[in-house]
This record gives sequence, structure tokens and C-alpha cells, in this order.
Amino acid sequence: MTVLTDDILPTSGRAVRDEMIAFAVMAGLLLIVPLTGVYPFFVMQALCFALLACAFNLLIGYGGLLSFGHAMFLGTAGYVTAHALKVWGVSPELGILLGTAGAAALGVITGLVAIRRQGIYFAMITLALSQLLYFIYLQTPFTHGEDGIQGIPQGYLFGIFNLARPTTLYYVILAGFLFGFLLIYRTINSPFGEVLKAIRENEPRAISLGYKTDQYKLLAYILSATLAGFAGSLKVFVAQNASLTDVHWSMSGEIVLMTLVGGLGTIFGPVVGAFVIIAMQQYLAGFGQWVTVIQGVIFVTCVLTFRRGVIGEIAHYFRRSL
Amino acid sequence: MSDYILETQGLTKDFLGFTAVKGVNLQVARGTIHALIGPNGAGKTTVFNLLTKFLRPTKGSITFKGEDVTWVKPADVARRGMIRSFQISAVFPNLSVRENVRVALQRPLGNSFHFWRSQSVLDKLNERAEELVCAVGLQDFIKHDAGELAYGRKRALEIATTLALDPEMLLLDEPMAGLGTEDIGRIAALIKSVAKNRTVLMVEHNLSVVADLSDRITVLARGEILAEGVYAEVSANPAVIEAYVGTGHA
Repeated sequence: MTVLTDDILPTSGRAVRDEMIAFAVMAGLLLIVPLTGVYPFFVMQALCFALLACAFNLLIGYGGLLSFGHAMFLGTAGYVTAHALKVWGVSPELGILLGTAGAAALGVITGLVAIRRQGIYFAMITLALSQLLYFIYLQTPFTHGEDGIQGIPQGYLFGIFNLARPTTLYYVILAGFLFGFLLIYRTINSPFGEVLKAIRENEPRAISLGYKTDQYKLLAYILSATLAGFAGSLKVFVAQNASLTDVHWSMSGEIVLMTLVGGLGTIFGPVVGAFVIIAMQQYLAGFGQWVTVIQGVIFVTCVLTFRRGVIGEIAHYFRRSL
Repeated sequence: MSDYILETQGLTKDFLGFTAVKGVNLQVARGTIHALIGPNGAGKTTVFNLLTKFLRPTKGSITFKGEDVTWVKPADVARRGMIRSFQISAVFPNLSVRENVRVALQRPLGNSFHFWRSQSVLDKLNERAEELVCAVGLQDFIKHDAGELAYGRKRALEIATTLALDPEMLLLDEPMAGLGTEDIGRIAALIKSVAKNRTVLMVEHNLSVVADLSDRITVLARGEILAEGVYAEVSANPAVIEAYVGTGHA
């Protein structure tokens, strides 16, 4: 038997090192944002969307399931958190917990239905379910329909951190983002993540090895829904409102767009994608309705010329895992 | 316990009025290599999918190790010790060779839903995975993605992955399909060695392989069993010759 040493077995260790360096750079840059004069509201909003895109990417990039209804988790968590803060007057941490739990519960219910189908059918079921929910939210009184829930009090996190102060809020949002990001990273590199990748690669083979693949896909779906909800709850503190925009199908489309632009199935791609798209909306706001056209052009260009997304192409060029 | 590890009684499968498999009574003796042969469209792959539960029978029953498994789910039949391979090679292309084997080794650990733990908990499986990879001669490719392997090596990897589960019974769906001559010899030797303490049922077109490996052969034609026996008996059977060569044969 040949002796196996590490120098004939490259990649894995190096991949982990590359990812750690990239993570340190990302966290470092985000930590100094308040010192740079970049508009913090913009970065906070982008961070919420980045976490949302990462949660979406967990499902499509590692589970092979394209959800076209992820806005429902963002919006549901947002409404629950907003309602709990404003009407029930709960503390911020409890508000976040309730919103995230709401999205998780929605994930369990819709997951049990959607997971039975694959590919385009899965996408259509998730779209249908999110549209169904959109019309429920349009009609139910607690969401205030077209007006949304406005003027949400930010309060004191754990009774200490004043979330009305932009810098404090920024670091709280950043901590939430980093927590969610690391949890996703861990999930991808866990025993569960290994089975999930195997199912994505070849489901019949995974079944023939004795894996009950539906259960793994359901767990991935619920995790993704929960983290998307977590992003939605955090976003309430940034935007101080919860509205129908967040449950609309075009939001689900935007999540797909962010992930594709950044790089499907890459670890950092969705973060980059979210910043690119949010930056475009922010800085091209002067073009009014034309932003949508510009986004469309970018989307087509991205799919035609760099299909792997920004990070996907970089990782491929340098043969690194990012 | 019966000497037969796997038995079917009156196994039948209809596809919208077309009967692909008709009343098949198959008995596979423990510890043997049993081959299922027959011309194209004879229903071999259908029987295979019925046995591994990837299809549900219209009528009939399947007994594995003395237990009725007719309505058991595919993942459960795998857990009971009957693992199948696929006609087109079934590897996980973007996982490394070692990871491919490790995914199979991982299942009995019971931590496959642990998304909060590092995959370094799987490192204790590396040694066993490497043994299995070496056993099928892929030691030089252990860190390569399975998708990069040549076809014959993918088949070898598939066998290593299957062996990782230490199944009592292996079902091989055309293990030689698409292989070059040199690979056929290697895979045949591999099958022979893994069959030493296991039962193997294989569907195979390559008759010289069947003649060389099998203890017993069942010939299917138009969904029914045409003949059964050792190679010499079966190959001399006029009905089998006719089914293979056609009515023009003298």
C-alpha cells in the first residue's frame, strides 16, 4: 500500500487557509467602516441583504434547490419583529428572536410542501407560496397593508446598547451578520454539509447509500429560511419599517440576482453580490426607473460573460476556494 | 434461515398497459455471484429497480434475508444491507475521491444531521477511506475530484464507495458498460474479490464476463424468466440462443 503524505494531497488545508484570510479581510474592512465616512445606513442595509443572499446560497449552492420565494422569510420575520417591537413593546433581542422563529416556522410548513418536488417545480411552488403570503399580508390588519408598519422604536439591546445611535447599531448589525455568515460557513463544512453536497451531486446515488435525502433537503431549507428571517429581523432596526416590498416576488428575484452576480455556490460571492446590487440602487438612484434596466443589463452580461459570478471567476482564475 | 438471501415471488411491473416484468420468481443463493442476462428490453433494469425499490411493483413480493421488503423505501433497503450501483457511473463529481468514499462511511456514525459541528469529526474515517481507495487501485487520485477520473476509474470508485457500507448484498447494474478491455479485466477481478464474503447480483451484457464470474445465471426475455442455471447449461439452451440471435438462427 502506498504511503499517503500531505504533499501529494494538496487543496483542503490550503482552501481553509484561503477562506480564513478572505474572512479576516472582509471582517477587518467591515469593522473600520464607521471611521471611513462611508454612509453607514447603506452598509447596514447591504449587510442585511448579504446575509439574506448567503442564506439563499446555502440552499441553491450547496443543496441544489432554487427557491424563488425567499422574500417570504425576509418579509415575515420583518413583520413579526416590527409588530412585536411596536405593539407589544418587547425588547430588541426578543423581537429578533420572535421574527427569526416566525421565519423558521414558516420554513417548516412551506418546506414540507415544497421539498417534494425538484428543479423548476420546486421554484414554482416556493414562488406560489410566497405570492399567497403576499396577498395575506396585503389584507391582514396587523401589517397595515400598503402603508406597512412605520416608525418602529429601536430600543436598547440587552438593555445596554442604544440602537438609536448609528455607530452602535452598525456594530450590532455587523455582529449579527458575522454570526449568520459563520454559521452558514460551518454548516457547509459540517458532516451535514458533506451529505448535502453529495445529494446535490447525485441524489439517486445518495439514496442508494441509505440516505433519506428528503430529510436533509428539508433541514437545509429550514436553516436557510431561519437565517433569511434573521436578516429580515435585523433589517427592521436599520429601515425602521416593515413593508410589502420585502415580501414581493421582485425581492425574491433580487436575491437570486445578488447571488448570481457574486457567485453561486461560493462562500463570499453572495456578500459581494449584495453590496454590488445595493450600491447600484443607492448610487444610481438618480436614474430613477432606469435602475431596473441597468440591473437587467448587468444580469444578462453576468450570465453571458462571467457565469460563475465575480467571486466565482476570481476563485476559478486563481484555482482557489473562496 | 433460508439459503436464499433474496427471493421474489410473482414479481410483475406494468407501465401503462405494457408489462415490462411478468411473474418473475427469482432466487439468489447466499454467497454466490448471480447474473441476470437477456437481450435488450428484456426487463433486466426494471427488475433491478424493483429489487432496490426505485420502482414499485404492480404485483408480487420481494423477500430479503427472510423479511418482506416489497414496500420498504429505497434508503431503508440500503440500510438493511442491499446496496446497488447504477448503469451510468454514479459518483459525486465535485467531491474528492476520498470524500466520495467518506460520505458512505459517514452514515453509520449518526452525525449526518449535525450542521453545527466541524467536518473534522469525520477525519477519523480518513484511514478507512484511504484503505478502500487503495483496495480499488485509486491511491494516486485520492485528492482529485471524482469528476476528473477516467470512466473505468469512476466505476472502481463506485465499488469502493459501495464497499464502504460493508453490504451483505451488492446489486451491480451493468458494471462493465462502457469499459475498455483492460478495465474489464481489472473490474472483474475486483468484483470477484469483493464477492468472497458477500452475495452479488449483477445485470451484465458482456457474456464472457458473465461466464467467468457467475455461479448461476438467470436469463430474462420479454419480462419473463426464460432459463436458469450455470453458464454451460444456459448457453446451450435453444430458447436462449433463439432469444439472443433471433429466429433466423439454425
